[in-house]
Amino acid sequence: MSLDALTFLFVGGSFALYIGIAIWARAGSTKEFYVAGGGVPPVANGMATAADWMSAASFISLAGIVSFIGRDASAYLMGWTGGYVLLAMLLAPYLRKFGKFTVPDFIGDRYYSNTARTIAVICTIIISFTYVAGQMRGVGIVFSRYLHVDINTGVIIGMAIVFFYAVLGGMKGITYTQVAQYCVLILAFMVPAIFLSVQVTGHFLPQTALGATLDSGQSVLATLDALSVELGFAQYTAGSKTTVDLFFMTAALMCGTAGLPHVIVRFFTVPRVKDARISAGWALIFIAILYTSVPGVAGFGRVNLIQTVNGTAETAASGVANTGVKYEDIPEWFARWENTGLIKWEDKNNDGVVFYSKTDENELTVNRDIMVLANPEIAQLPAWVIALVAAGAVAAALSTAAGLLLVISTSISHDLMKKTINPNITDKQELLYARGAAIVAILVAGYFGVNPPGFVAQVVALAFGLAASSVFPAILMGIFSKRMNTQGAVAGMIVGIASTMAYIVYFKFMGGTKDEMWFGISPEGFGTVGMILNFLVAKIVSSMTSEPPAEIQQIVEDIRIPRGAGAAQDH
Amino acid sequence: MSMTKENAQAYWGENLRIIITYMSIWFVVSFGCGVLFVDALDQIQFFGFPLGFWFAQQGSIFVFVALIWAYVSSMNKLDEKYDVHE
Repeated sequence: MSLDALTFLFVGGSFALYIGIAIWARAGSTKEFYVAGGGVPPVANGMATAADWMSAASFISLAGIVSFIGRDASAYLMGWTGGYVLLAMLLAPYLRKFGKFTVPDFIGDRYYSNTARTIAVICTIIISFTYVAGQMRGVGIVFSRYLHVDINTGVIIGMAIVFFYAVLGGMKGITYTQVAQYCVLILAFMVPAIFLSVQVTGHFLPQTALGATLDSGQSVLATLDALSVELGFAQYTAGSKTTVDLFFMTAALMCGTAGLPHVIVRFFTVPRVKDARISAGWALIFIAILYTSVPGVAGFGRVNLIQTVNGTAETAASGVANTGVKYEDIPEWFARWENTGLIKWEDKNNDGVVFYSKTDENELTVNRDIMVLANPEIAQLPAWVIALVAAGAVAAALSTAAGLLLVISTSISHDLMKKTINPNITDKQELLYARGAAIVAILVAGYFGVNPPGFVAQVVALAFGLAASSVFPAILMGIFSKRMNTQGAVAGMIVGIASTMAYIVYFKFMGGTKDEMWFGISPEGFGTVGMILNFLVAKIVSSMTSEPPAEIQQIVEDIRIPRGAGAAQDH
Repeated sequence: MSMTKENAQAYWGENLRIIITYMSIWFVVSFGCGVLFVDALDQIQFFGFPLGFWFAQQGSIFVFVALIWAYVSSMNKLDEKYDVHE
């Protein structure tokens, strides 16, 4: 079978599966629509959380980022996994005991204030839309690269699929499709990773193979360091970011991860407090399988790329390793990815030899995403592996998009309509609003997918910064401080959001320069500062105002004790 | 299901101690080994990795997984001790 036929088969087959699950898991009540009825087993919730969390960025882009920036990418690897420790120990069990449907639910009820609720709704919507725009674009790109359709057609197909299972099934449909999507995406990531690892090092596990010794007697990392230095790049294992910057970035990504509404809401779907803790454990195992393979894939990919393009003693045009290979001697994948624009070769010195380096002699422009997308071809793996990668990339993008769209629609129907504007609507009407909001959200996300705002990459810092500086501290203080009151929480959130937004907007959009950064903290790391400011302001303001009413303090006592979570859900 | 105020406080106190213990390990492994002391640790070779680099890109993630499961087991025991499990 041809590659195209295989790809259609894999992607089409996976779509049929998702739609089948959606029909099986239709939601009949708001409780099913918002939290899947609260009856999801912890292992299934762990898988769904992993798929929810691992987006097109984790699947396609992360290995490429690590591959091209080496050591500095540690902040992403640690930040995007370490946040789960915070979730498991500081947030998930207590929010589960609280037993409502959304993050603004908790913030609004705990701080007995619709102002606090509205701020939380606004943050939730900004964070989720920022995120979802990139996912829809990701679906479109995968379609266009593997199935040769227009990017916009790809976006529209993706919208139709998400529409089907998010609008019909709500959280219930999304949960069980995400379980299936996790299986597809992890298989699609690990099969080529293992092939590649065996090919480069002879070791089976990509986790350990990065340190393995090559035929040359050097480890992969040492080889990579030597190759990089020879070509004028920084050493792979040396970083360029300052310790302070790396510290703040890692912290902002961790706390931001823990404060992302679409991740938090997954822990509302399990039956017991105990299950919330356990499912965080499963989620991180499922995430770690991919994340711990990433450094290997990144390292092998880069060695492969440099050696293919610059040559070994056998393949280089001049017979000297690392000096360039004749264009016609480069394997055929190179030309294929040239067509997509992900790799560009410009023969500056007209010698017909491709050369890649950090110096002026460089003739190659490489898009980072190629590390995952083209890896199976660079490693000359069978066509079915390439088709599998396409299905995996689509699964990663769709599962995250669906989770985000659900959070957006819930915020509108539940937190705005039911809780703030018109508390008298019936369960049926609320469900109708939820489905309507999901449709609108899909259309808006699709619009961004077709007309991507130029700033998608920049605003990712904003999503994590906002989550770290507003949602995360507000929930944390709501659980661990009985004394925290409306005034403190609202003032803290406003200061956190305002300072983080101002810093990011100044440096990302208004041309702020590196020298002006406070202590060299990059915008990606400023969420940590915003979070600290939030804590300080909240503490000071709350200590000057009256303590929360007795019934609120009772709620806090209550959520600290696990027993009764099942009952709490039904009230 | 109502528990006495003293019991509730004792449960919460032990809960906090468990959290603080595990969060300290979390901090030392990620921000300590992966960021603050990474240069010193890089002097040590660990299965072909400079040790600091390994902690920053892989080791910390393994420890995170272990920490959550250790926490799950500690909390399950604590919940039974105070009879607040479900």
